[in-house]
Amino acid sequence: MSDEGPAETVKQVSGTGVPVRGNDIDTDQIIPARFMKVVTFDGLGEFAFFDVRFDDDDNPKEHPFNEDHFQGASVLTVNSNFGCGSSREHAPQALMRWGIDAIVGESFAEIFAGNCLALGIPTVTASQEDVEALQDFIDEHPDEEIEVDVVNEEVRYGDTTIDAEVDDAQRRALVDGVWDTTALMGANADTVRETAESLPYTDV
Amino acid sequence: MSENTLYDKVWDRHEVTELPTGQSQLFVGLHLIHEVTSPQAFGMLKERDLDVAYPERTYATVDHIVPTADQSRPYSDDAAEEMMSELEENVRAANIDFADPTTGRQGIVHVVGPEQGLTQPGMTIVCGDSHTATHGAFGALAFGIGTSQIRDVLATGCVAMEKQKVRRIEVTGELDDGVTPKDVILQVIRKLGTDGGVGYVYEYGGEAIRHMDMAGRMSICNMSIEGGARAGYVNPDETTYEYLEGRDRVPDGEEFEELKRYWESIASDADAEYDDVVEIDGDDLEPTVTWGTTPGQGIGISEEIPAPEDLPADKEDSARAAQEHMDVEPGDTMAGYPIDVAFLGSCTNARLPDLREAAEVVKGHEVHDSVRAMVVPGSQRVKAAAEAEGLDEVFEEAGFDWRGAGCSMCLGMNEDQLVGDERCASSSNRNFVGRQGSKDGRTVLMSPPMVAAAAVTGEVTDVRELERFEEVRA
Repeated sequence: MSDEGPAETVKQVSGTGVPVRGNDIDTDQIIPARFMKVVTFDGLGEFAFFDVRFDDDDNPKEHPFNEDHFQGASVLTVNSNFGCGSSREHAPQALMRWGIDAIVGESFAEIFAGNCLALGIPTVTASQEDVEALQDFIDEHPDEEIEVDVVNEEVRYGDTTIDAEVDDAQRRALVDGVWDTTALMGANADTVRETAESLPYTDV
Repeated sequence: MSENTLYDKVWDRHEVTELPTGQSQLFVGLHLIHEVTSPQAFGMLKERDLDVAYPERTYATVDHIVPTADQSRPYSDDAAEEMMSELEENVRAANIDFADPTTGRQGIVHVVGPEQGLTQPGMTIVCGDSHTATHGAFGALAFGIGTSQIRDVLATGCVAMEKQKVRRIEVTGELDDGVTPKDVILQVIRKLGTDGGVGYVYEYGGEAIRHMDMAGRMSICNMSIEGGARAGYVNPDETTYEYLEGRDRVPDGEEFEELKRYWESIASDADAEYDDVVEIDGDDLEPTVTWGTTPGQGIGISEEIPAPEDLPADKEDSARAAQEHMDVEPGDTMAGYPIDVAFLGSCTNARLPDLREAAEVVKGHEVHDSVRAMVVPGSQRVKAAAEAEGLDEVFEEAGFDWRGAGCSMCLGMNEDQLVGDERCASSSNRNFVGRQGSKDGRTVLMSPPMVAAAAVTGEVTDVRELERFEEVRA
């Protein structure tokens, strides 16, 4: 991201997949609060899903993020209401720093999806049936490429193409490379001041 | 699409323009910040050499990491000290008002805003915290944002958003004695689901809400996010205006009257149109507690814990896992569930009326031998006001630990944490696995009076039957 010129576009993400199953996976699970006692996002990747990945003595437990064959995966597949709970951007930051570039799921919590967009990570939705089939495929073919097509709202793998949905604003932002909202909104500073002055409670 | 609701009106007044993404650029009337989610945003500003656009509309406090016992500096936890120092430096450089613990105004950001009158009807309010919906109790449009959005707000005074649908939640009837706003919201989430509010803003109204004080309305709006709704609000009325009059940041005299005319004007019209309307019968509610690991897994105290196979197919697996984690059996009630810890605190339920109601229950009783119980007031002012009424003595005489203000054991970012597989009766908002600082810890959400009752008996107890319970046991 920079202040000059358009932000980079995210039209399509390709990579191997990793399935993390379960509904209502909250952001406390994605990144436990004790790892947020930091003033930067650096290094959060290793703590993604920490409490479900490691036991009390920090020995790895069974979890897709611990499996050798999912290391290097960039397309995370999840089920419904993923990312609910706390607004912590630390959650998508941790996933991104672990290596995730796109997420396909049944549904996402809104603040989480917004935080992903701010990082240029598409959160693409598909039906329960399609997502579960995709997760099964990834389990059987961890080395196969998954293509998340933001432009055409499709997810492709093997011989299969599934219909997916990308929220309109998210799609436009990613495809046109206009997700640097600071630059976008900063350009309207004069209109902002007019709006502010029109409000009865401001004294500007 | 909704029409003439408070949401529509406040949105229109604050919309600056439409962005190329189709989102709206909304002016932010109040930006609250705290130590956990703001440092990276200030860092991004520095990287781009940008200043804070509206420091006078920004207000900071420290709550998540602040110790609630020994608050002397430097904090014994180095990481907490670093976060505090970073916030101090950032607000000093940007000239942002900071309610730090030396001011006597520090507390949980969602307690501090309202009690100082920063939170007012008809405002847009954002904070890097999902419980920002709390401020909707005043008829503000308030929602939680992520750190990149905090950067946006700091740099531009605005946030980019898509307009959502509005669901009216009508709570009819009158709440029984012992039934609180917390029970109302737990039942709303149970009914509509943890994702039922995705894409919606919730407008709470109806007789039961109308008769509620501001603390109760805040408890309800606070947990909107637990139902998937990013924002929830109550239309402002006389209860709201009475609460606001005389607060630090609220003007008086003619200016107050002028503002009040604005506040009245932004309330939903009688013929407002909603995208959806849901009714909850307040007469029917009883004290409600959670049996699982999401706030949607709640039941009335007399109801049986559901069998996973009786739940909708998509809830079955998570219910089974939750029951295993909680060590509960379908067919049992939650009454009698043994507890080790009682936590009275959080942005949901740590205001003066919450503490009063709990103290009323505690009076004449003692904390059970097997329970460690703590009260963490929502702010320094709540603490001082409670002490002026002698509530601290009630709690301390009963065996509660009376602590300083902060988020504390709601999320266990300071030293207040569950240990091992402890079971906690908690007035907080989330029973997620690991939420209270131990991944094996178990949280049962409930109202402040119910926490008080559980502290006394050592098990989940219907507060309405506490006296009888004690007699039987004696």
